[in-house]
Amino acid sequence: MVDWGMIANLAGGAVTTLWISGISIAVGIPLGLALALTRVFRLPLLSQAVTAYVSIVRATPVVTLALFVFFGVPAMGFTLSPIVAAFITLTINTSAFHAEIWRASIVDFPQGQSEAASAFGMTRLQAFRLIVLPQAWRASLPPMVNEMTFLIKSSPAIAVIGVVDLTRTASRIAAYTYDPLPPYISAAFIYAVVVFSLVRTQRVIERMIVRRYGVL
Amino acid sequence: MIDHFARALTQWPLFMTGLLNTIWLCASTAVVSLILAMFLAIPLMSHSLAVRTVARLFVDSVRSVPFLLLAFMAYYCLPAVGVKLSSWTAALITLLVYNTAYFAEILRGAWSHLPPQQEEGGRAFGFTGVRLLLYIIGPQLFIAAGPVLGNQLIQVIKDSAFLMVITIPELTFKANQIQSILFVPFETFIIAGCLYWMLCNSVEWLVRRLELVAQTRRAR
Repeated sequence: MVDWGMIANLAGGAVTTLWISGISIAVGIPLGLALALTRVFRLPLLSQAVTAYVSIVRATPVVTLALFVFFGVPAMGFTLSPIVAAFITLTINTSAFHAEIWRASIVDFPQGQSEAASAFGMTRLQAFRLIVLPQAWRASLPPMVNEMTFLIKSSPAIAVIGVVDLTRTASRIAAYTYDPLPPYISAAFIYAVVVFSLVRTQRVIERMIVRRYGVL
Repeated sequence: MIDHFARALTQWPLFMTGLLNTIWLCASTAVVSLILAMFLAIPLMSHSLAVRTVARLFVDSVRSVPFLLLAFMAYYCLPAVGVKLSSWTAALITLLVYNTAYFAEILRGAWSHLPPQQEEGGRAFGFTGVRLLLYIIGPQLFIAAGPVLGNQLIQVIKDSAFLMVITIPELTFKANQIQSILFVPFETFIIAGCLYWMLCNSVEWLVRRLELVAQTRRAR
Protein backbone atom coordinates (compact mmCIF):
# COMPACT_ATOMS: atom_id res chain seq x y z
CA MET A 1 0.00 0.00 0.00
CA VAL A 2 2.34 2.67 -1.23
CA ASP A 3 0.72 6.06 -1.43
CA TRP A 4 1.99 7.34 -4.78
CA GLY A 5 0.43 10.77 -4.31
CA MET A 6 2.49 11.24 -1.17
CA ILE A 7 5.66 10.03 -2.88
CA ALA A 8 5.09 12.46 -5.76
CA ASN A 9 4.60 15.36 -3.32
CA LEU A 10 7.74 14.45 -1.41
CA ALA A 11 9.69 14.16 -4.66
CA GLY A 12 8.56 17.68 -5.49
CA GLY A 13 9.82 18.88 -2.12
CA ALA A 14 13.10 17.05 -2.65
CA VAL A 15 13.54 18.79 -6.02
CA THR A 16 13.04 22.19 -4.33
CA THR A 17 15.62 21.31 -1.66
CA LEU A 18 18.07 20.13 -4.30
CA TRP A 19 17.80 23.03 -6.71
CA ILE A 20 18.01 25.74 -4.07
CA SER A 21 20.99 23.97 -2.47
CA GLY A 22 22.48 23.36 -5.93
CA ILE A 23 22.37 27.03 -6.95
CA SER A 24 23.73 28.08 -3.54
CA ILE A 25 26.66 25.69 -3.98
CA ALA A 26 27.26 26.85 -7.56
CA VAL A 27 27.42 30.47 -6.35
CA GLY A 28 29.05 29.67 -3.00
CA ILE A 29 32.14 27.91 -4.37
CA PRO A 30 33.44 30.78 -6.58
CA LEU A 31 32.30 33.30 -3.95
CA GLY A 32 34.26 31.35 -1.35
CA LEU A 33 37.32 31.45 -3.60
CA ALA A 34 36.99 35.24 -3.93
CA LEU A 35 36.67 35.57 -0.13
CA ALA A 36 39.67 33.30 0.40
CA LEU A 37 41.77 35.30 -2.06
CA THR A 38 41.29 38.55 -0.14
CA ARG A 39 42.93 36.77 2.81
CA VAL A 40 45.60 34.95 0.80
CA PHE A 41 46.73 38.19 -0.90
CA ARG A 42 46.26 40.10 2.40
CA LEU A 43 44.21 42.89 0.83
CA PRO A 44 44.02 45.64 3.46
CA LEU A 45 40.64 46.15 5.20
CA LEU A 46 38.94 43.65 2.89
CA SER A 47 40.82 40.71 4.37
CA GLN A 48 39.94 41.72 7.94
CA ALA A 49 36.31 42.19 6.97
CA VAL A 50 36.27 38.76 5.33
CA THR A 51 37.91 37.16 8.39
CA ALA A 52 35.15 38.58 10.60
CA TYR A 53 32.43 37.58 8.12
CA VAL A 54 33.69 34.00 7.83
CA SER A 55 34.11 33.64 11.58
CA ILE A 56 30.63 34.93 12.45
CA VAL A 57 28.79 33.12 9.67
CA ARG A 58 30.46 29.82 10.51
CA ALA A 59 29.37 30.15 14.13
CA THR A 60 25.77 31.17 13.38
CA PRO A 61 23.10 28.47 13.03
CA VAL A 62 21.53 28.34 9.58
CA VAL A 63 18.04 28.82 11.10
CA THR A 64 19.14 32.05 12.78
CA LEU A 65 20.70 33.19 9.52
CA ALA A 66 17.50 32.32 7.62
CA LEU A 67 15.37 34.35 10.04
CA PHE A 68 17.87 37.20 9.84
CA VAL A 69 17.67 37.31 6.05
CA PHE A 70 13.92 36.73 5.87
CA PHE A 71 12.92 39.33 8.51
CA GLY A 72 15.97 41.54 8.70
CA VAL A 73 16.57 42.38 5.05
CA PRO A 74 12.97 43.52 4.37
CA ALA A 75 13.29 45.77 7.45
CA MET A 76 16.10 47.52 5.58
CA GLY A 77 13.65 48.25 2.76
CA PHE A 78 14.04 45.37 0.29
CA THR A 79 11.26 42.91 -0.45
CA LEU A 80 12.18 39.25 -0.48
CA SER A 81 10.23 36.15 -1.38
CA PRO A 82 10.92 33.09 0.83
CA ILE A 83 12.68 31.34 -2.06
CA VAL A 84 15.08 34.26 -2.61
CA ALA A 85 15.68 34.57 1.13
CA ALA A 86 16.39 30.83 1.27
CA PHE A 87 18.84 31.08 -1.59
CA ILE A 88 20.63 34.06 0.02
CA THR A 89 20.77 32.25 3.39
CA LEU A 90 22.30 29.07 2.04
CA THR A 91 24.72 31.00 -0.17
CA ILE A 92 25.96 33.13 2.74
CA ASN A 93 26.38 30.02 4.88
CA THR A 94 28.12 27.83 2.32
CA SER A 95 30.36 30.59 0.95
CA ALA A 96 31.92 31.04 4.39
CA PHE A 97 32.70 27.35 4.67
CA HIS A 98 34.02 27.21 1.10
CA ALA A 99 36.21 30.22 1.83
CA GLU A 100 37.89 28.22 4.61
CA ILE A 101 38.29 25.16 2.37
CA TRP A 102 39.88 27.22 -0.42
CA ARG A 103 42.13 29.06 2.01
CA ALA A 104 43.35 25.82 3.58
CA SER A 105 44.18 24.27 0.23
CA ILE A 106 45.96 27.42 -0.99
CA VAL A 107 47.89 27.98 2.24
CA ASP A 108 48.98 24.32 2.31
CA PHE A 109 50.25 24.62 -1.26
CA PRO A 110 53.99 23.79 -1.52
CA GLN A 111 55.92 27.06 -1.22
CA GLY A 112 58.66 25.87 -3.61
CA GLN A 113 56.37 25.97 -6.62
CA SER A 114 55.31 29.55 -5.94
CA GLU A 115 58.97 30.53 -5.56
CA ALA A 116 59.83 28.76 -8.83
CA ALA A 117 57.00 30.63 -10.54
CA SER A 118 58.31 33.99 -9.38
CA ALA A 119 61.83 32.93 -10.45
CA PHE A 120 60.36 32.42 -13.92
CA GLY A 121 59.20 36.03 -13.82
CA MET A 122 55.53 35.44 -13.11
CA THR A 123 53.59 37.99 -11.10
CA ARG A 124 51.80 36.73 -7.97
CA LEU A 125 48.50 36.76 -9.84
CA GLN A 126 49.93 34.83 -12.80
CA ALA A 127 51.53 32.31 -10.46
CA PHE A 128 48.22 31.88 -8.70
CA ARG A 129 46.21 31.48 -11.90
CA LEU A 130 48.63 29.23 -13.79
CA ILE A 131 50.37 27.26 -11.04
CA VAL A 132 48.49 27.27 -7.73
CA LEU A 133 44.81 27.17 -8.71
CA PRO A 134 45.05 24.26 -11.22
CA GLN A 135 46.51 22.12 -8.43
CA ALA A 136 44.91 23.54 -5.30
CA TRP A 137 41.34 22.79 -6.46
CA ARG A 138 42.13 19.07 -6.31
CA ALA A 139 42.88 19.28 -2.60
CA SER A 140 39.66 21.29 -2.12
CA LEU A 141 37.42 18.83 -3.92
CA PRO A 142 36.85 16.19 -1.18
CA PRO A 143 36.12 18.71 1.61
CA MET A 144 33.83 20.56 -0.81
CA VAL A 145 31.68 17.50 -1.36
CA ASN A 146 31.70 17.02 2.41
CA GLU A 147 30.45 20.60 2.82
CA MET A 148 27.67 19.85 0.30
CA THR A 149 26.37 17.06 2.54
CA PHE A 150 26.42 19.52 5.45
CA LEU A 151 24.46 22.04 3.39
CA ILE A 152 21.83 19.45 2.47
CA LYS A 153 21.50 18.51 6.15
CA SER A 154 21.09 22.13 7.26
CA SER A 155 18.78 23.03 4.34
CA PRO A 156 15.59 22.32 6.37
CA ALA A 157 16.30 25.74 7.90
CA ILE A 158 14.63 27.19 4.80
CA ALA A 159 11.46 25.30 5.75
CA VAL A 160 11.29 27.54 8.82
CA ILE A 161 10.87 30.66 6.66
CA GLY A 162 8.14 29.03 4.57
CA VAL A 163 9.88 27.40 1.62
CA VAL A 164 8.11 24.16 0.74
CA ASP A 165 11.20 21.97 0.71
CA LEU A 166 11.37 18.27 1.52
CA THR A 167 10.98 18.75 5.29
CA ARG A 168 8.05 21.15 4.98
CA THR A 169 6.34 18.93 2.44
CA ALA A 170 6.60 16.04 4.91
CA SER A 171 5.17 18.08 7.78
CA ARG A 172 2.35 19.35 5.54
CA ILE A 173 1.40 15.82 4.58
CA ALA A 174 1.58 14.81 8.25
CA ALA A 175 -0.71 17.67 9.26
CA TYR A 176 -3.13 16.85 6.45
CA THR A 177 -3.38 13.10 6.98
CA TYR A 178 -2.94 12.99 10.79
CA ASP A 179 -0.51 10.16 10.11
CA PRO A 180 3.03 11.50 10.64
CA LEU A 181 4.97 8.24 10.30
CA PRO A 182 4.85 7.57 6.52
CA PRO A 183 5.77 11.08 5.27
CA TYR A 184 8.55 11.67 7.83
CA ILE A 185 10.14 8.26 7.34
CA SER A 186 9.96 8.60 3.54
CA ALA A 187 11.51 12.07 3.76
CA ALA A 188 14.29 10.73 6.00
CA PHE A 189 14.89 8.00 3.45
CA ILE A 190 15.13 10.54 0.59
CA TYR A 191 17.62 12.67 2.56
CA ALA A 192 19.65 9.55 3.33
CA VAL A 193 19.78 8.63 -0.36
CA VAL A 194 20.95 12.14 -1.32
CA VAL A 195 23.60 12.28 1.42
CA PHE A 196 24.74 8.74 0.72
CA SER A 197 25.18 9.48 -3.00
CA LEU A 198 27.21 12.57 -2.16
CA VAL A 199 29.47 10.56 0.15
CA ARG A 200 29.84 7.94 -2.60
CA THR A 201 30.70 10.67 -5.12
CA GLN A 202 33.35 11.97 -2.76
CA ARG A 203 34.99 8.53 -2.56
CA VAL A 204 34.91 8.16 -6.37
CA ILE A 205 36.41 11.63 -6.86
CA GLU A 206 39.17 10.91 -4.35
CA ARG A 207 40.02 7.67 -6.10
CA MET A 208 40.02 9.36 -9.52
CA ILE A 209 42.38 12.08 -8.30
CA VAL A 210 44.74 9.58 -6.73
CA ARG A 211 44.75 7.45 -9.88
CA ARG A 212 45.35 10.40 -12.20
CA TYR A 213 47.80 12.48 -10.14
CA GLY A 214 49.22 10.00 -7.63
CA VAL A 215 48.39 12.17 -4.61
CA LEU A 216 45.38 14.03 -3.32
CA MET B 1 20.47 51.77 13.61
CA ILE B 2 22.24 52.40 16.93
CA ASP B 3 18.91 53.16 18.60
CA HIS B 4 17.54 49.94 17.10
CA PHE B 5 20.34 48.01 18.77
CA ALA B 6 19.59 49.80 22.03
CA ARG B 7 15.93 48.91 21.64
CA ALA B 8 16.69 45.25 21.02
CA LEU B 9 19.06 45.21 23.98
CA THR B 10 16.33 46.42 26.35
CA GLN B 11 15.11 42.82 26.04
CA TRP B 12 18.39 41.39 27.31
CA PRO B 13 16.68 39.16 29.91
CA LEU B 14 15.01 37.31 27.03
CA PHE B 15 18.34 36.97 25.22
CA MET B 16 19.90 35.61 28.42
CA THR B 17 17.08 33.10 29.02
CA GLY B 18 17.51 31.87 25.46
CA LEU B 19 21.28 31.70 25.76
CA LEU B 20 21.11 29.80 29.06
CA ASN B 21 18.60 27.33 27.62
CA THR B 22 20.86 26.77 24.63
CA ILE B 23 23.86 26.29 26.93
CA TRP B 24 22.29 23.77 29.27
CA LEU B 25 20.66 21.81 26.45
CA CYS B 26 23.99 21.54 24.63
CA ALA B 27 26.07 20.93 27.75
CA SER B 28 23.88 18.10 29.03
CA THR B 29 23.75 16.66 25.51
CA ALA B 30 27.54 16.76 25.31
CA VAL B 31 28.02 14.94 28.61
CA VAL B 32 25.33 12.27 28.21
CA SER B 33 25.97 11.71 24.50
CA LEU B 34 29.69 11.23 25.05
CA ILE B 35 29.03 8.54 27.66
CA LEU B 36 26.45 6.81 25.44
CA ALA B 37 28.77 7.15 22.44
CA MET B 38 31.55 5.38 24.30
CA PHE B 39 29.25 2.38 24.69
CA LEU B 40 28.03 2.63 21.09
CA ALA B 41 31.64 2.66 19.87
CA ILE B 42 32.11 -0.87 21.29
CA PRO B 43 29.70 -2.58 18.84
CA LEU B 44 31.12 -0.38 16.07
CA MET B 45 34.54 -1.94 16.79
CA SER B 46 33.14 -5.44 17.36
CA HIS B 47 34.77 -8.47 15.73
CA SER B 48 31.36 -9.91 14.88
CA LEU B 49 30.13 -8.75 11.49
CA ALA B 50 26.46 -8.91 12.50
CA VAL B 51 26.94 -6.69 15.57
CA ARG B 52 29.06 -4.26 13.59
CA THR B 53 26.51 -4.08 10.76
CA VAL B 54 23.60 -3.31 13.09
CA ALA B 55 25.55 -0.58 14.90
CA ARG B 56 26.78 0.86 11.60
CA LEU B 57 23.27 0.90 10.16
CA PHE B 58 22.02 2.88 13.16
CA VAL B 59 24.91 5.34 13.13
CA ASP B 60 24.84 5.91 9.38
CA SER B 61 21.08 6.32 9.10
CA VAL B 62 20.98 8.84 11.96
CA ARG B 63 23.93 10.74 10.51
CA SER B 64 22.38 11.04 7.05
CA VAL B 65 19.12 12.64 8.27
CA PRO B 66 18.84 16.40 8.90
CA PHE B 67 18.53 17.32 12.57
CA LEU B 68 15.21 19.14 12.08
CA LEU B 69 13.62 16.09 10.47
CA LEU B 70 14.71 13.94 13.41
CA ALA B 71 13.26 16.52 15.81
CA PHE B 72 9.95 16.39 13.91
CA MET B 73 10.01 12.61 14.08
CA ALA B 74 10.54 12.65 17.85
CA TYR B 75 7.93 15.35 18.36
CA TYR B 76 5.17 14.08 16.04
CA CYS B 77 5.86 10.41 15.29
CA LEU B 78 6.51 9.14 18.82
CA PRO B 79 3.12 10.41 20.11
CA ALA B 80 1.52 8.78 17.04
CA VAL B 81 2.81 5.39 18.20
CA GLY B 82 1.61 6.04 21.74
CA VAL B 83 4.60 7.69 23.46
CA LYS B 84 3.45 11.01 24.90
CA LEU B 85 6.28 13.53 25.19
CA SER B 86 6.67 17.14 26.20
CA SER B 87 8.55 19.32 23.72
CA TRP B 88 11.53 19.40 26.12
CA THR B 89 11.73 15.61 26.29
CA ALA B 90 11.40 15.35 22.52
CA ALA B 91 14.16 17.94 22.12
CA LEU B 92 16.51 16.16 24.51
CA ILE B 93 15.85 12.76 22.92
CA THR B 94 16.58 14.21 19.48
CA LEU B 95 19.79 15.87 20.64
CA LEU B 96 20.95 12.72 22.43
CA VAL B 97 20.18 10.26 19.62
CA TYR B 98 21.63 12.50 16.91
CA ASN B 99 24.84 13.35 18.69
CA THR B 100 25.44 9.93 20.20
CA ALA B 101 25.66 8.66 16.62
CA TYR B 102 28.09 11.42 15.63
CA PHE B 103 30.26 11.11 18.75
CA ALA B 104 30.34 7.31 18.44
CA GLU B 105 31.59 7.58 14.86
CA ILE B 106 34.29 10.07 15.95
CA LEU B 107 35.39 7.83 18.83
CA ARG B 108 35.42 4.80 16.52
CA GLY B 109 37.70 6.72 14.16
CA ALA B 110 40.08 7.47 17.02
CA TRP B 111 39.85 3.91 18.31
CA SER B 112 40.81 2.41 14.95
CA HIS B 113 44.02 4.48 15.05
CA LEU B 114 44.83 3.39 18.60
CA PRO B 115 47.69 0.86 18.63
CA PRO B 116 46.30 -2.58 19.62
CA GLN B 117 49.16 -2.92 22.11
CA GLN B 118 47.32 -0.49 24.38
CA GLU B 119 44.40 -2.86 24.76
CA GLU B 120 46.68 -5.93 24.97
CA GLY B 121 48.84 -4.23 27.59
CA GLY B 122 45.76 -3.28 29.58
CA ARG B 123 44.52 -6.86 29.51
CA ALA B 124 47.96 -8.13 30.53
CA PHE B 125 47.72 -5.90 33.61
CA GLY B 126 44.36 -7.43 34.44
CA PHE B 127 42.03 -4.74 33.14
CA THR B 128 38.86 -6.16 31.62
CA GLY B 129 35.43 -4.96 30.55
CA VAL B 130 34.30 -1.59 31.87
CA ARG B 131 37.58 -0.98 33.72
CA LEU B 132 39.60 -1.53 30.54
CA LEU B 133 37.35 0.94 28.75
CA LEU B 134 37.32 3.45 31.60
CA TYR B 135 41.02 3.53 32.50
CA ILE B 136 42.94 2.43 29.40
CA ILE B 137 41.03 3.01 26.17
CA GLY B 138 38.56 5.78 26.99
CA PRO B 139 40.99 8.49 28.11
CA GLN B 140 43.22 7.96 25.08
CA LEU B 141 40.25 8.16 22.72
CA PHE B 142 39.02 11.42 24.21
CA ILE B 143 42.47 12.97 23.98
CA ALA B 144 43.04 11.77 20.41
CA ALA B 145 39.57 12.82 19.26
CA GLY B 146 39.47 16.06 21.31
CA PRO B 147 39.50 18.65 18.51
CA VAL B 148 37.02 16.70 16.36
CA LEU B 149 34.70 16.27 19.36
CA GLY B 150 34.98 20.02 19.93
CA ASN B 151 33.92 20.69 16.34
CA GLN B 152 30.94 18.40 16.79
CA LEU B 153 30.03 20.21 20.01
CA ILE B 154 29.92 23.46 18.00
CA GLN B 155 27.68 21.65 15.54
CA VAL B 156 25.41 20.69 18.48
CA ILE B 157 25.07 24.36 19.40
CA LYS B 158 24.17 25.28 15.85
CA ASP B 159 21.75 22.38 15.44
CA SER B 160 20.01 23.30 18.70
CA ALA B 161 18.63 26.38 16.93
CA PHE B 162 16.36 24.06 14.95
CA LEU B 163 14.61 23.23 18.22
CA MET B 164 12.80 26.58 18.05
CA VAL B 165 10.51 24.87 15.53
CA ILE B 166 9.24 22.51 18.24
CA THR B 167 8.80 25.55 20.55
CA ILE B 168 11.88 25.15 22.75
CA PRO B 169 12.68 28.65 24.08
CA GLU B 170 16.37 28.59 23.14
CA LEU B 171 18.33 31.54 21.78
CA THR B 172 16.92 31.63 18.23
CA PHE B 173 13.36 31.16 19.52
CA LYS B 174 13.84 34.05 21.94
CA ALA B 175 15.42 36.23 19.25
CA ASN B 176 12.45 35.55 17.01
CA GLN B 177 10.13 36.44 19.88
CA ILE B 178 11.99 39.71 20.50
CA GLN B 179 11.90 40.75 16.86
CA SER B 180 8.16 40.07 16.68
CA ILE B 181 7.59 42.29 19.73
CA LEU B 182 9.91 45.16 18.78
CA PHE B 183 10.02 45.00 14.97
CA VAL B 184 13.81 45.34 14.87
CA PRO B 185 14.69 41.99 13.26
CA PHE B 186 17.97 43.06 11.68
CA GLU B 187 19.60 44.13 14.93
CA THR B 188 18.01 41.36 17.04
CA PHE B 189 19.39 38.56 14.89
CA ILE B 190 22.81 40.22 14.69
CA ILE B 191 22.92 40.21 18.50
CA ALA B 192 21.82 36.56 18.51
CA GLY B 193 24.52 35.76 15.93
CA CYS B 194 27.18 37.43 18.08
CA LEU B 195 26.02 35.45 21.14
CA TYR B 196 26.33 32.22 19.13
CA TRP B 197 29.75 33.37 17.96
CA MET B 198 30.91 33.93 21.54
CA LEU B 199 29.51 30.57 22.61
CA CYS B 200 31.19 28.67 19.77
CA ASN B 201 34.51 30.43 20.34
CA SER B 202 34.40 29.68 24.07
CA VAL B 203 33.94 26.00 23.24
CA GLU B 204 36.89 26.17 20.86
CA TRP B 205 39.00 27.89 23.51
CA LEU B 206 37.99 25.35 26.15
CA VAL B 207 38.87 22.42 23.89
CA ARG B 208 42.26 23.96 23.17
CA ARG B 209 42.88 24.47 26.90
CA LEU B 210 41.97 20.85 27.67
CA GLU B 211 44.28 19.70 24.91
CA LEU B 212 47.12 21.70 26.38
CA VAL B 213 46.50 20.19 29.80
CA ALA B 214 46.45 16.71 28.28
CA GLN B 215 49.70 17.37 26.45
CA THR B 216 51.58 18.60 29.50
CA ARG B 217 50.30 15.64 31.52
CA ARG B 218 51.46 13.24 28.84
CA ALA B 219 54.86 14.94 28.58
CA ARG B 220 55.50 14.39 32.28
